[in-house]
Amino acid sequence: MSPVIEVRDLRKTYGSGDTAVHALRGLDLTVQKGEYIAIMGASGSGKSTLLNILGCLDVPSGGKYLLDGIDTGEFDEEQLSLLRNRKIGFVFQSFNLVPRTTALANVELPLVYAGVRRAQRRERALAALDLVGLADRTHHRPNELSGGQQQRVAIARALVTSPAIVLADEPTGNLDTDSSREVLGILDRLNASGRTVVLITHEDEVAAHAMRTVRVVDGRVAGVLV
Amino acid sequence: MRIFEIAAFAVRGLTANKMRSGLTTLGILIGVASVILLIAVGNGASSAVQQSIAGLGTNILTISPQRAQPGSTAKPLTTADAAALVGQDSPDVRYASPVVSAQATAGYGDTTHDIGQFVGSDPRYFDTTNSAVAQGNLFSDNDVQQARKVVVIGSTVATQLFPGIDPIGKSMLVNNIPFTVVGVLAAKGSSGLQDADDLAVAPLTTTQNALTGYGSLTQIVVQARSADALPDAQAQVTTILNGRHKIAGTADYRILSQDQLLTARTATTETFTVLLASVAAISLLVGGIGITNIMLVTVTERIREIGIRKAVGAPRSSILGQFLIEATLLSLFGGALGVAAGVIGSRFTIAGIQPVLVPSSVLLAFAVSALIGLFFGSYPASRAAKLRPIEALRHE
Repeated sequence: MSPVIEVRDLRKTYGSGDTAVHALRGLDLTVQKGEYIAIMGASGSGKSTLLNILGCLDVPSGGKYLLDGIDTGEFDEEQLSLLRNRKIGFVFQSFNLVPRTTALANVELPLVYAGVRRAQRRERALAALDLVGLADRTHHRPNELSGGQQQRVAIARALVTSPAIVLADEPTGNLDTDSSREVLGILDRLNASGRTVVLITHEDEVAAHAMRTVRVVDGRVAGVLV
Repeated sequence: MRIFEIAAFAVRGLTANKMRSGLTTLGILIGVASVILLIAVGNGASSAVQQSIAGLGTNILTISPQRAQPGSTAKPLTTADAAALVGQDSPDVRYASPVVSAQATAGYGDTTHDIGQFVGSDPRYFDTTNSAVAQGNLFSDNDVQQARKVVVIGSTVATQLFPGIDPIGKSMLVNNIPFTVVGVLAAKGSSGLQDADDLAVAPLTTTQNALTGYGSLTQIVVQARSADALPDAQAQVTTILNGRHKIAGTADYRILSQDQLLTARTATTETFTVLLASVAAISLLVGGIGITNIMLVTVTERIREIGIRKAVGAPRSSILGQFLIEATLLSLFGGALGVAAGVIGSRFTIAGIQPVLVPSSVLLAFAVSALIGLFFGSYPASRAAKLRPIEALRHE
């Protein structure tokens, strides 16, 4: 079975000349389908840069990134947006919901860009909200929801397109203990139902939910703990 | 399927900030309305001028003295010249009225009024200028011969000097000389540039005695036998005047037919219209820059939202589309309201001018406002669409 994510000699440099910052210096990583991986590392180690590239939000300066067997390096911006839409569900630390827009409309958003019809869109968005336990909050706006609820809306949005991978950048970083537990529980259930999950964290308890932990040090993978 | 959804996003974006959308719309509204209204006013002014000239009749020639050039011996137009124009040598001339005009201050009781035009002529003058009497009588040839101090006044003079009083038979002072009012003319309305009712007409002889003296006439108004006979009449008048004034080269007088008068006046009002239209065009442009400004602010303010949309897979085209539609809706809405305001505004009389709508100006202003949305919205929209998702998301 081919891996969902295959990264070879990945490099990312910000700026140029003397002031250049090398965020990634030849990183290798393979993630199999159905895996649950935690990426850990000190701040500035390059873990967020890695996740942004995996989510096709940023492009690498060098190296190869195969997503579901597809070489993303050959894609232009238009094809990358299609990839983000179909293959990737991204959960941010700061939720990133569209303001002044209901939870339902936020979850429907990726389906709008995927060209799904209104009725089917509603049905799938409601199912996703139900999955994260927010069936009764569909018409609330982000400012009417707690942090934990907002993050659950964001997770519903990430999984509504049935993506190949769910990427989460410190999803519990802004949440209290109870909300964190709920969010992690949802991610566990997602993984249990066969979804591939990659998340960034610096908390060991969070990493404990994953099957394995990848440590990133100075833009390279330092070691894999199973 | 997509365009509809994207338009819905655009509408939501606009209604999210109603105050700002409203003010931007107002800018375009004012621009479009002023284009329509000012062109209508210019058009109204020129058609009023055309009507007042058309009122002169198609068989009229006006002869006016040319300003004397240095070194030349220009002769004034005289009453004798006017008399000589009617006779055997000019079979196509029916009549020639000598005209003098001056400015004068009239008084009645404690009231005074500066009369726009105090005209001295003969009774034919009323005929050639299409002036009808509303009250009282016109003066007669006999009044002219006897140099009687009688006067026929326009309706503006009547309302200014004799508010609520019947002016007929009253004695009004013109430059301290008493004139008896014998008639009031029917109102003609403003021609836009001057009030046609702010005048008084007295016998030529009286006016020369009392006001202007016996110098050059201001005009000789010639009436031809018919409109068809006008060219012949003009040739006969030219021959007679050239003979009397001993003209070899450049004439010391000028003959204008109603056509030529129309052309000259129309050129003036066209300049006026162009001037008004360009002022209006500038305000439309300013409205357009307002849209660009607002769209730039909107885009900057919503960069994170753009990042979120791109992160969940919005292609560049849909971001571009959303912001272009927002800008176009703003200007179309403003344009539609502007058309309404312009059309309604043109029903009122503005500065004494009844505006006349030019349908093409309505279309033009509306089309331009729509294009302004597309043109001025495209820069901020393409800036929004080009952002990398991660750059947009990191924007604070």
